[in-house]
Amino acid sequence: MCLAVPGKLIEIFDEASLKMGRIDYNGTVTKACLEYVPEARVGQYALVHAGFAISILDEEEARHSLAAWQELKEKMEGL
Amino acid sequence: MKYLADFRDPGLARALLAEITASVTRPWTLMEVCGGQTHAIVRSGIDQLLPASLKLVHGPGCPVCVTPIAYIDKAVELADQPEVIILTFGDMLRVPGSNGNLLDAKARGADVRMVYSVLEAVELASQRPDRQIVFFGVGFETTAPGNAMAILQARRLGLANFTILACHVLVPPALRALLTSPTNRVNGYLAAGHVCTVMGLADYQEIVDQFQVPIVATGLEPVDILAGILAAVQQLEKGEYRLENAYQRSVTTTGNSHAREVIDQVFMVCDRIWRGIGFLPASGLAIRPEFAAFDAEQHFRLRATAEPDNGCQAGQVLQGLLVPSRCPHFGGRCKPEHPLGATMVSSEGACAAYYRYQGVVATNEG
Ligand code: SF4
Repeated sequence: MCLAVPGKLIEIFDEASLKMGRIDYNGTVTKACLEYVPEARVGQYALVHAGFAISILDEEEARHSLAAWQELKEKMEGL
Repeated sequence: MKYLADFRDPGLARALLAEITASVTRPWTLMEVCGGQTHAIVRSGIDQLLPASLKLVHGPGCPVCVTPIAYIDKAVELADQPEVIILTFGDMLRVPGSNGNLLDAKARGADVRMVYSVLEAVELASQRPDRQIVFFGVGFETTAPGNAMAILQARRLGLANFTILACHVLVPPALRALLTSPTNRVNGYLAAGHVCTVMGLADYQEIVDQFQVPIVATGLEPVDILAGILAAVQQLEKGEYRLENAYQRSVTTTGNSHAREVIDQVFMVCDRIWRGIGFLPASGLAIRPEFAAFDAEQHFRLRATAEPDNGCQAGQVLQGLLVPSRCPHFGGRCKPEHPLGATMVSSEGACAAYYRYQGVVATNEG
């Protein structure tokens, strides 16, 4: 149940006065509530837990982390 | 983000593993707090690939597992009332209570339904004014924002037939309890990345300072978990203890302030009994008195019942003191088809992870 999964926000709309979105997880599309991520924009990746987006993934940070690990990988391959 | 798959990249995972192996010079024990992390670890075999002197033990972060039997019993009692439709997450249906589970209630005619979001329950309540709609909502700080929003929404819509049977628990008090236990042998903690996403890191900084242990906020993909392990090991090897964030794409120091505000508005901190673990003061969230009309326990005047003991060892498992496969009932009296404990049926339960991914080599009960 804690298995929040990231998916791409492909549409934002209103439903019963709540900000909602459609999230695409690699082809499977479901609905999620966006009230907790009011800054969300279409095209961003949201982390959705039990029907609620709890964060918008920061692409810049993702790139940073990956670059650091990539360096490690290259160092290892160079040995 | 084309990076999503990168957090599962075997090449990166191998590089991190090699770096972990090169960093470890002494035996260490780390605990991953979140049951989602436990499943990712056992599924990807990370626990088998780490150097022998580095042990991972599994933590209490499985909300279904720690929900008291008394709450399952309350849910079953409500389900058996003819005017009630009870909705919950799929994980809760097969969790054994003292007298059967929700699926048993369904089999004898109760209206029990599985949903993915509490908002489906709110929607049903507005469509079916003739029925009482009860959402059985358990979970950690990650699930509380949804339930809080549902209560606000039900109030906005003026619904008189929507209630939540809420049993929320909080991670930091459980961590403190583990850290003060004389049997604790954990050197460092991987904090649950999604709980930190909602709540931020302040509570964990306090725990680091008070107990002088490294805590690393860690994500749930294999590469995230290895990065969290590496960060913790590097601190331990240097004799440091710091709060570190190895899940920066989702976790910020202050967490999700919108979610925290709404949680505070609807819930207040309360004492809780944790299944298998026992009473922990100030370790849960209860619905505030202003919202009593949406609290199933108050609305239906449910009685408290005692916690029975059926021999399940999950309390030990959830505190990292027992490997599931060492439980005397594992694979024998206790299997996913006929579980003794919630840890065997929850999608985040450690016993279920061992049963599913490591297989039962031999049952412990012959
Ligand atoms: S194997 Fe079954 S009885 Fe043993 S701890 Fe796990 S859930 Fe409980």
